[in-house]
Amino acid sequence: MKTIIVVGNGMVGYKFCEKFISKKGSENYKLIVFGEEPRPAYDRVHLSEFFENEDAKALELAPVSWYVDNNIDLITNERVTDIHRSGKTITTAKEREFSYDYLVLATGSVPFVPPIKGVEKEGVFVYRTIEDLEGMLAYAAKLKKTKPNAKAAVLGGGLLGLEAGKAVMDMGLEPHVVEFAPKLMPRQLDSRSSKVLQLKLESIGINIHLSKATNQILGNGTITGMEFGEDDTLNVDMLVVSAGIRPRDEIAKTCDLEMGVRGGIVVNNKMQTSDEAIYAIGEVALYNQMIYGLVAPGYEMAEVAAEHILGKDTVMSSEIDMSTKLKLIGVDVASFGEPFMPAAKGHSILFEDKTKSLYKRINVSHDGKKLLGGILVGDATDYNMLHQIYLNGMAIPENPEDLIIGARGEGGASFGSAMDLPDTAQICSCENVTKGTICGVIENGSCENFAEVAKCTKASTSCGGCKPMVVDLVNETLKSLGKEVKNSVCEHFDYTRQELYGIIKVKRLTSFDETLDACGKGDGCEVCKPVVAAIFASLYMDTANKEDVIQDSNDKFLANIQRNGTYSVVPRIPGGEITPEKLIIIGEVGKKYNLYTKITGGQRIDLFGAELNDLPAIWKELIDGGFESGHAYGKALRTVKSCVGSTWCRYGLDESVSFAIELEERYKGLRSPHKLKGGVSGCIRECAEARGKDFGVIAVEGGWNLYVCGNGGATPKHALLLTEKVDNETCIKYLDRFLMYYIRTAAPLMRTAAWLDKLEGGMEQLKKIVVKDSLNIADELEREMQFLVDAYECEWKQAIENENTKKRFNHFVNSDDRDDNLVFVPMREQKMPEHWGN
Amino acid sequence: MESILSKYIKVSPNEVKVWFKAASVGDFHENGGACVKYRDKQIAVFNFKRKGQWFACQNLCPHKMEMVLSRGMLGDENGIPKIACPMHKKTFSLETGENLNGDLDAIATYPVKIENDFVYIGFSE
Ligand SMILES: Cc1cc2nc3c(=O)[nH]c(=O)nc-3n(C[C@H](O)[C@H](O)[C@H](O)COP(=O)(O)OP(=O)(O)OC[C@H]3O[C@@H](n4cnc5c(N)ncnc54)[C@H](O)[C@@H]3O)c2cc1C
Repeated sequence: MKTIIVVGNGMVGYKFCEKFISKKGSENYKLIVFGEEPRPAYDRVHLSEFFENEDAKALELAPVSWYVDNNIDLITNERVTDIHRSGKTITTAKEREFSYDYLVLATGSVPFVPPIKGVEKEGVFVYRTIEDLEGMLAYAAKLKKTKPNAKAAVLGGGLLGLEAGKAVMDMGLEPHVVEFAPKLMPRQLDSRSSKVLQLKLESIGINIHLSKATNQILGNGTITGMEFGEDDTLNVDMLVVSAGIRPRDEIAKTCDLEMGVRGGIVVNNKMQTSDEAIYAIGEVALYNQMIYGLVAPGYEMAEVAAEHILGKDTVMSSEIDMSTKLKLIGVDVASFGEPFMPAAKGHSILFEDKTKSLYKRINVSHDGKKLLGGILVGDATDYNMLHQIYLNGMAIPENPEDLIIGARGEGGASFGSAMDLPDTAQICSCENVTKGTICGVIENGSCENFAEVAKCTKASTSCGGCKPMVVDLVNETLKSLGKEVKNSVCEHFDYTRQELYGIIKVKRLTSFDETLDACGKGDGCEVCKPVVAAIFASLYMDTANKEDVIQDSNDKFLANIQRNGTYSVVPRIPGGEITPEKLIIIGEVGKKYNLYTKITGGQRIDLFGAELNDLPAIWKELIDGGFESGHAYGKALRTVKSCVGSTWCRYGLDESVSFAIELEERYKGLRSPHKLKGGVSGCIRECAEARGKDFGVIAVEGGWNLYVCGNGGATPKHALLLTEKVDNETCIKYLDRFLMYYIRTAAPLMRTAAWLDKLEGGMEQLKKIVVKDSLNIADELEREMQFLVDAYECEWKQAIENENTKKRFNHFVNSDDRDDNLVFVPMREQKMPEHWGN
Repeated sequence: MESILSKYIKVSPNEVKVWFKAASVGDFHENGGACVKYRDKQIAVFNFKRKGQWFACQNLCPHKMEMVLSRGMLGDENGIPKIACPMHKKTFSLETGENLNGDLDAIATYPVKIENDFVYIGFSE
């Protein structure tokens, strides 16, 4: 038995273990892993998610039991301090000594902190480990108590710096990004795209300071500001340094391994250092005279080292792909291949639309045949495909610009499907999975859907960026084998939502058990129950009170469950119009039940922190005051937002408030595959942001323009024009048809924009169906909608009028006690739930 | 947070010392759950009518430490009866307590018996 010691239990060190033990011959080796951090390896790439939930466990790459089960000795919290090459041993900070046959150095890197005067001050952080984040959170929380509008800066406007900028913004601090270079992401973006990105970031509230060299950190022990030059300072209360990385190569120095001039342990293409028994992988390894600060090359290094130790002669690719896509920040940014290109090598095609914050650049070889690289800002949907075309040197269209602006003429895509890629194309770069592998496991029958393919090949299990492409490959391969591609609801129903909708409608099924018996199997689950409940609602206008045990978490209690298990209460305020009397009623209720109140984006008022027991009493008071349920908890119509319109506004062309109220009253209570939002603007200045909604109506000279299939959220989409200059009645007629058709055919949890993307023929087809009635179903759609409108009842009124339904709001069945586990803390004169772990 | 979790320890049928009379059968929705208070514990009890079985487990979801499992949704995964937490849909086997869609610690389960239309939960203390 030989011993391999792995120094560093980070992303790459972990991957080495995972790969090594899966290989033949590994049973003859014992793995001992040292990690300096207190916990087993975690997903650093998704570190920022820690801010959302403070759940370190969720980031773990594998639990401690995995190491035990695989006979790996994991020793965390213990740093390796010295290597004694002659005797093949190492010693640790706890002065223990271990022998090795092979040593794998996966010590990663540390953030580079420039030697600026004052960087040691309190309030200056780096961004690399869970402990760093915990420190930042604690500091920010402390800051906010004494200073509600505290500011935080990030030093460095690169990939990581921007991620950190978003993180400090989410912590409630005013974010500033300070960059030395004259542009953001200097390594990935050209000046124009960087400008587009800058404007976009500024519009979401991140302040950008370019060409700033920081001389000094100001403050007496604690940071109060940064000084760039004489009279040029920025007051900040916290600083995150994100100015690049330095390899953690100190243990290699102790034993005279060959090092790069600027650090890093030199390795050959087998990942061996200057000592054959010692390998270096990940961010500490200097390969081709470069340090690679990305996880994918690190994973490839892990594979090469594992194979080489086991006697194979796999070698590292000679060229490393550094293409990247920025995540999290809420704006798409990607660059691949050669982002900037010297004119000698080829020519560039640029597309820029400032009004939409859009920039696309591709670099094409002189002969126009090859894609050499490019940049996408504002919309990186095509990144995966462009990246593949670049990686595989595939042929590009005769007019290369089609790649970024789309082929002109009837909606066709300019590049073919993922199926056109060669089998060797690497689809998942994190896990190095090729198209051939993905299609292969389907062709040989070992997998039948995306979930199985992900489990068996590991594709899409790391950063998830390639998921859309893997899904396409899976579906296309299934189709090519003559197998039906089914997005069946779950293991209990072998049907799509649309099919299930049809079956329930035809058989007039009315309860969940009846439906299971008629066309399903087993006992149901948290996926199919809400789907079936929503279908009942869409067909029969059943409210959530009818069968509360199949409702999704929020519908079940007609309120949104919040972080600590309390609920929020949102009464309907149609069109955002409310009388002073009604405002007072909301205020009184908020006061009486000690609720945190906030105005929502949909022009209504949300009351948070209501305990389950109190919900019926709260709603009784609201209903007595003339309110109805706002369905904020349901996959249902939320609000129809309005601007003030011609009633008051000197620009208004029509009464947008009146029309918004009419629409909201019409569709209130309407349940659908996902939430539905509407908006009505009185003129094209669009103050109601109607085009960011599932349906938006805008007054123009001569009538209303109706737009559909827009949304805000993670992937914002502007709604598209369905019809122009129509009167109120026609607008409602088309809306009835459109909404009903969506409700009938969309997959569960699919917003209208995503649904339109999948609709064959796209917007043109939708126009034909809704306006021209090409399917001859318009009458039926209108009738179905009218039935739902007529059948509406306020479900909160139902709930409190019936003693039996009211019972479900008790926290305990055998006691009137409240949940004693709830703790609130004060927050700007109101309250909020206590953080766990405080 | 650890201390709340440590209150809940799985009880097997042969370890039961006290059968706590919780409430009448009619107080539990068919195919739904409700929360029972026993001393300083919160226990989620489920009337899994479709399977003709009753189950009990801690009300505390070990993911975010909220007292919410009784408000979750019942179901099965390949025949294993399970409860899905209403917060983030973490699912747990009602037979073993095991987390079925992740690596969370198992939840504690408790025996249930029905006598004369009353629901009893078994505790070891
Ligand atoms: C916030 C953030 C976002 C990122 N986003 C992306 C992204 O989107 N895409 C991407 O490709 N990459 C991203 N990265 C980079 C990626 O995380 C790294 O490339 C990857 O973690 C490198 O893995 P590693 O194992 O080489 O180093 P690490 O993950 O840093 O692991 C090294 C480990 O070794 C330990 N160690 C060091 N010295 C010793 C010693 N002497 N004894 C014992 N243990 C020791 C360290 O404590 C550490 O735990 C991001 C990084 C951060 C911080």
